[in-house]
Amino acid sequence: MTRLQEIPWVEKVGLNGLDEQTQQRLQSPGRLNLYRLAWLRPLIESQWPQFLVRMLTLASFVFIIAGGLFGSLVGSHNIAIIFVWIAWWTALKLVFIPFGGRSWCSICPIPLPGDWLQQGGILQTGPRRFGLNLRWPKRLRGSWMQSGAFLLIGLFSAVTLTDPQVTGWVLLALFGLAIGLSLVFEKRAFCTYLCPIGGFSGMYAQTSPVEVRIIDKEICIKHEVKSCYQACPWGVYPVAFRDNSACGMCMECLRACPSDNLALNIRPFGTDLGKPKTSIRLDETFLALVMLGSVVTFAAVFTGPWGWLKSAAFEIGSLPWFGYASAYLAINLLLLPAIFTAAVWAGQKFTGSWVSLKRHIATQAQVLIPLGLMAWIAFTVSFALPKLNLVLGVLNDPLGWGWHLLGVNKFGGMGNMAGISTLIQVVLLLVGLFWSLSVSGKLPVNSESKPPRLNIPVSSFSLIFTLAMLWILVG
Amino acid sequence: MTDQTPQKKQPGHWWHWAVLSILGLVVFFVPLPVRATAPTDRIIHINASRFEYDPAILKVNQGDRVTIELVATDVVHGLAIDGYNLETTTDPGKTARLTFVANQAGTFRFRCTVTCGNMHPFMTGKLEVGQNSLLWRAVAFSGLVMIAAVWMGRK
Repeated sequence: MTRLQEIPWVEKVGLNGLDEQTQQRLQSPGRLNLYRLAWLRPLIESQWPQFLVRMLTLASFVFIIAGGLFGSLVGSHNIAIIFVWIAWWTALKLVFIPFGGRSWCSICPIPLPGDWLQQGGILQTGPRRFGLNLRWPKRLRGSWMQSGAFLLIGLFSAVTLTDPQVTGWVLLALFGLAIGLSLVFEKRAFCTYLCPIGGFSGMYAQTSPVEVRIIDKEICIKHEVKSCYQACPWGVYPVAFRDNSACGMCMECLRACPSDNLALNIRPFGTDLGKPKTSIRLDETFLALVMLGSVVTFAAVFTGPWGWLKSAAFEIGSLPWFGYASAYLAINLLLLPAIFTAAVWAGQKFTGSWVSLKRHIATQAQVLIPLGLMAWIAFTVSFALPKLNLVLGVLNDPLGWGWHLLGVNKFGGMGNMAGISTLIQVVLLLVGLFWSLSVSGKLPVNSESKPPRLNIPVSSFSLIFTLAMLWILVG
Repeated sequence: MTDQTPQKKQPGHWWHWAVLSILGLVVFFVPLPVRATAPTDRIIHINASRFEYDPAILKVNQGDRVTIELVATDVVHGLAIDGYNLETTTDPGKTARLTFVANQAGTFRFRCTVTCGNMHPFMTGKLEVGQNSLLWRAVAFSGLVMIAAVWMGRK
C-alpha cells in the first residue's frame, strides 16, 4: 500500500510550490538528462551493472572487516585502515560527493543484506519477506541521530582511524545494526536516520552537479500506483524532491516509472543552495555545524603539530582524553551553535526581519554547506595525499603478513608534494568561502518577497571559520 | 505587488571587477616586507616521544645554518622535513644530528619516519623559515573575497 503521507525527510510536501520549480527545470537550459543518452541508458536501466559493483563492494567490505580483525596490528600495513580511512574516505570526499551526490550510497554494501531480507530476494521481490516493517518513530526522524553518530565517531576517531581491529569492529557493528534495523523498521531506516556517512553525504550532495528529478509533475499526480515510490528502497517519493539530500541515487525510480517521467540530470554545482526553506529543519543546521566543528577538530588533531592533543585524543579513558572529549563536544554542541545563532540573530536585527529566528537559522544553514564541503576536501588533501602510496602497499600485502601479491617489495613515497598540497588547500578553502558568501547573497534576509542580500554577520562567521582552517592547515 | 521583476545588469559594474582583479594581483605578487637578518648557526634540540616532538614548532630565519639534534626518549623515531628532502632516525637514548641551510622560506611539516605506534602517521612538527607568505596572502585573499561579496551584494 502506498502511504505518501508517511514520506520521511519531507514533512510538508508543498505540491503547489513545485509548479514553478518544475517549469523552471523543464525550461532550464542548464540541465542535461543523462537517462536520455543512448549509450548510458542501458547501463542504468539494467540492474546488472549496479548489482555487480555492489557485489564487488560487498566482497571488499567483508574482506576489509576480516583484514581489520585478523591482519597486522600496524595500521599502515593493514587494508582496513588504508582502504577505509585513506582510499575510500578520500574518494568519498574528492569524487563521490562533489561529482555524484549520494552516489556512494547507491553502491554501499552495508544496507544490502537488509534490503534482500526485506524484499525476500536479491534482484526481485521474493514470496517470503522478512522483517516487521514498522514505521520509524516520528520523534527520532531527521538527522539528529546521524549528528550524534558522527560525534560519537569523532570522540574515538584517533583510535578508530589508527587501530585496524577497532576499524574492523566498527564496520561489523554498522553492518549488524543495518541488518537488525531492516528487520524491525521499513525501508532503509539505518541509512536514513542513523548512518553518519549518510548524513554527511546527504547534506553535501546538495552541492553536486547531478540530480534525480521528475520531468512532468502532472504525469506523477495522475499515476495512481506510484511505482517509483513503491520501488524506492529509501521510501522517498521523487515528486517531493526539493534537493538532493534524501535521494540515494539508486536509480530504482527511473527503472520503475512506466511513463519514463524521471530524469538523471547534470546541472550546475550547488543548484540546491540559495533557496528559501519550505520546512524548518534545525536538525540539518545542527548537522552542518557538527561537520564544521568536526573538521576543525580533526584537522587540529591529525595535521597539527600538537603532540599533547594527539595523545589526548588517543588515550581513551585517560584524564587528557576526557579533556579532549569535553572540548570536542563543547565546540560542537555549544560554541558553534551559539556563535552561528548569534550571527543569524544579528543579521536579523540588522535587516529588521519579521521572519522567525528558527526559520532564519534553518535557511542560513545553507551557507555552511559549501564552506564545510571545501574544508573537508582541504583537510583530506592535507591528511591523505602524503599517504596515498600506502594504498599500493596494502594491495600488495593486504593483511601485513609479508605477501607480495603485486610482486613488489617496496613502494616509493609520494615525492615532495608539500608545496603543491598546501597551495591546493588554500585554493580549496578560498573557493569554499567564496561559494559560501555567494549562497548567502542569494538567500532572503527579510522575507521571500524582498530581494536577497548578503548576511554580513553570517558571512563573517564563514570568514572566521576559513581563517581558522587556514591557520591549522597552512599556518 | 511583490518585486518579481528580473534584475537587469547594471552598466558600469565592469570596473568593480577590474579593481578587484588588480587588488588580487597585488595580493598575489607584491613581496611581503622581510626583516633583514644575518644568517646564523642554530642548534635545536628536539626530544621525540610517542606522537610528539618537543619542541614541535621550530622558527628560523631564511639562510640560517640549522642543526637539529634529535633524541628519542622512548622508542625509535625519525624525522623527515617536507620540502627539504632531509631525513634521520635515532634509537632510544641516542642523538641523531641533521644539518642543513634553511634556504627555502615558508612553513614545512616534519614527520616521524619510523612506525612508533598507532598515531605514528600523524606525528608531526612544524618548521617555520622566515615568513609564511602563503598564509598571509591567503588571509589577504580571504579578506578580499569578503570585501568583494559585500561590495557586489549591496542593493
